[in-house]
Amino acid sequence: MTTENQLLNPHKWVDTHADYLYAYTISRLNNEELAKDLVQETFLAALQRASQFEGKSSERTWLTAILKNKIVDVYRKKSSGLNNVTEKQAEDEQKDFFDEDTGHWNDSNRPLPFGIEDQDPLRGKEFNHILQLCMQKLPTLWMSVFTMKHMDDATTELICTELRVSQANFWVIIHRAKLSLRACLQKNWI
Amino acid sequence: MNHLKKVIYNCKQATLLIEKRQITKLSFRESVELRIHLAGCSMCKLYNKQSHVISTMVLQLFRDSAQQASTAKLDEDFKKDLQDRIENELNK
Repeated sequence: MTTENQLLNPHKWVDTHADYLYAYTISRLNNEELAKDLVQETFLAALQRASQFEGKSSERTWLTAILKNKIVDVYRKKSSGLNNVTEKQAEDEQKDFFDEDTGHWNDSNRPLPFGIEDQDPLRGKEFNHILQLCMQKLPTLWMSVFTMKHMDDATTELICTELRVSQANFWVIIHRAKLSLRACLQKNWI
Repeated sequence: MNHLKKVIYNCKQATLLIEKRQITKLSFRESVELRIHLAGCSMCKLYNKQSHVISTMVLQLFRDSAQQASTAKLDEDFKKDLQDRIENELNK
């Protein structure tokens, strides 16, 4: 290795960083096979780019940045082609929730109290199970947005840029997801 | 005035603002519109309450599974193969 990347030690990469990178990926993608692939791809890409490492950040930070880009690629692929459809679909689906002309709640979908309003929200396995089932029905794009927002504390602007979603579309997706989630919980938890 | 009226009586727009407010700061205008709407709409008031509770629960679920994921480990065989592959690349 040349002097400019003297801080990289690929002979120790797997021992030092593989588990960390794997756990990092699992917490964001929740798919073991995919996580293994991405960890491997990250190391191989890092080798290719080793000459670009300037030693300004730690080896781990540098590897994590490469991995992070790969994770965002996955998010983008999962939701690509859906963007335009999603917005239109969302508009259509919202006709189920609101009257098209007045914007009032439709009778069939208006919020009713269903027992989560006043108590501690952490109410045991059964509710979490239903919550998880309801979340599975949400679009992948929503999961990506939520993960970026809460795991990486990304700003709305950054999320929109990285996932190539317009700001308007972003709010429509967030709105629709919560409407669906709430309706699903109300329906299944009474 | 027409626009204001439309928003004040529009639950679709109000619930969008309720979601937006949980993520970012509303503009002055949006925040006034939402406040007026909520003052007069018990359904959206209920929605607002439920929406916050749901966000908290979803977040808790995310944190729990992230907590679980943080202890995930690769198996030793996979790691050995991976390091071998790296060594191969280095020797090319």
